[in-house]
This record gives sequence, C-alpha cells and structure tokens, in this order.
Amino acid sequence: MDIDKVFKALADPTRRRLLDLLHRDNGQTLVSLCEHLDMTRQAVSQHLQQLEEANLVAVVRRGREKLHYLNPVPLFEIHERWIGKFERNRLGVLRDLKRSLESDDNNDKA
Amino acid sequence: MTTTTKPDFVYVTYIATTPEQVWRALVDTEVTEKYWLDPSADVPAHVNVSDWAPGSRWEHQRVDAARTVDIAGKVVESSPPHRLVVTWSRPTEIEDEAKRSRVTFDIATSGNGLVRLTVTHEDLERDPQMRDGVSNGWPKVLSNLKTLLETGRPLSRRTADS
Repeated sequence: MDIDKVFKALADPTRRRLLDLLHRDNGQTLVSLCEHLDMTRQAVSQHLQQLEEANLVAVVRRGREKLHYLNPVPLFEIHERWIGKFERNRLGVLRDLKRSLESDDNNDKA
Repeated sequence: MTTTTKPDFVYVTYIATTPEQVWRALVDTEVTEKYWLDPSADVPAHVNVSDWAPGSRWEHQRVDAARTVDIAGKVVESSPPHRLVVTWSRPTEIEDEAKRSRVTFDIATSGNGLVRLTVTHEDLERDPQMRDGVSNGWPKVLSNLKTLLETGRPLSRRTADS
C-alpha cells in the first residue's frame, strides 16, 4: 500500500471527520454520513473514495447499499513504524498527563 | 465484497505475497505464533489450532504451559486458499448461539503482486465486551501478519522497559 496516500487522505479535516463518524458508528451508508456534513453528496462521495484508495475505509455491499467501514490497519502500520519502536512509554506518560490536565476544564477536547 | 447482514467490523490489508502464503499463515499453528499477539501484550501470545475441516473445532490457544484456550469455535467453511469462515466464542459459551460471533477471511489477488485479505467480524452486537476486545485486536494482528509475510521476520519482542 502506498503510505503517501494514507498521509494525504488524513491531511484533510473532512476526511478525518468521516473517519471519526465511522469510528462512532461503523458501517454507514453515504446518505447517513451526509447527514453530519454540510456539503454535497458528490463531495462526500469523493472524500470517501480517497479514503478507500488509501485503504482507510473498506466498502461492503449489502443488497443495493454500500456500507463504509473504518479500516485502521494502515494506521497500525504507521504506528509500528514511527511510534511503536521509539518512544511508546514516554509518549504514553505525556498523553496521560495531557488528558488529566485537560479534563480539569470542562471543554469537550479529545 | 457482498453481504446480507451488517457486519460489525471489516478490516482490509494488502500484502505483497501469494494467496497460498496468506492461507498458510491462517491455518499453520507454527506460523500463527509469529504474528498473533495478545491485544494487551506485545509478545506473541497465541496460536490457532485445528484441522480446518468444515465442522471441526478450532481453538485460539495461549502459548503457555497449560495451552489455555481463550477463544474457540467451529469451522463453517474452508476453501483454500480463498475463504475461511469460523465461529468465534469464549470456550465456556461455545454452545450458546446468542454469544456466538462469526469471522470470515477472504483472500483475493488484487494486481501488482498484492493479495487483499479481508477480515469480516459479525454478530458481535450481543456481546459488547467481546466487541471491544476484538476491535483492539484485529488491526494489530493484520498489521503484524503483513510485516511477517513481507519481510519474513517475526515481530520483534519488546524488551521489558520499552
């Protein structure tokens, strides 16, 4: 798989939002994904196509419907290559610190 | 891929290898040990054991002295080197249909010397705990399998302090 495609696909807020939407509710149709996005169906379809080409979204046909699934496998490959072998524990400590500090204010930050 | 039900998860990886090699990696106990990791640990921790004939039992065994069985099920369909379908249960619940889920492995050539491996897991909605465990496990297992088949190298075991 072309890893450039994965990074390009991730370098867009709408496409990251689509992945978040699928993470929350996996296996959605184009129509249900469009309900959460203020853009044309055609534009959403093109974003999904790019995610599919990067193998971040897998498509399954059920009857006449196309169901879209979040496919995190390429993200694990990136994780193993650039994060897993280096600094996992120290990064884990920093992440936990960031989470505990940010949970003090009632922002809805991820 | 076509389905009649709505799967819980669909995972895809493209591997530079042959369908026969992917099949072997799924059914050969010695090969499974090289990439099938426990989601909560970073060392190879499980093997899959069966004769993989339709109707046979398969077991997902921990590589410990007792060979603890963590997952077990029945082989539903076995069509080497393209399709393997198994049921997936806790060993104590293997007869309980309400707790049983189902895993399909589809292996297809996809051009450019790549094989597309699709893992579909369905019927998990009645078991949220299993659903969470499974969703943490599959991406890692498939990413490891790809590394193993493309480099011939088992995943490095991490040292205790890393």
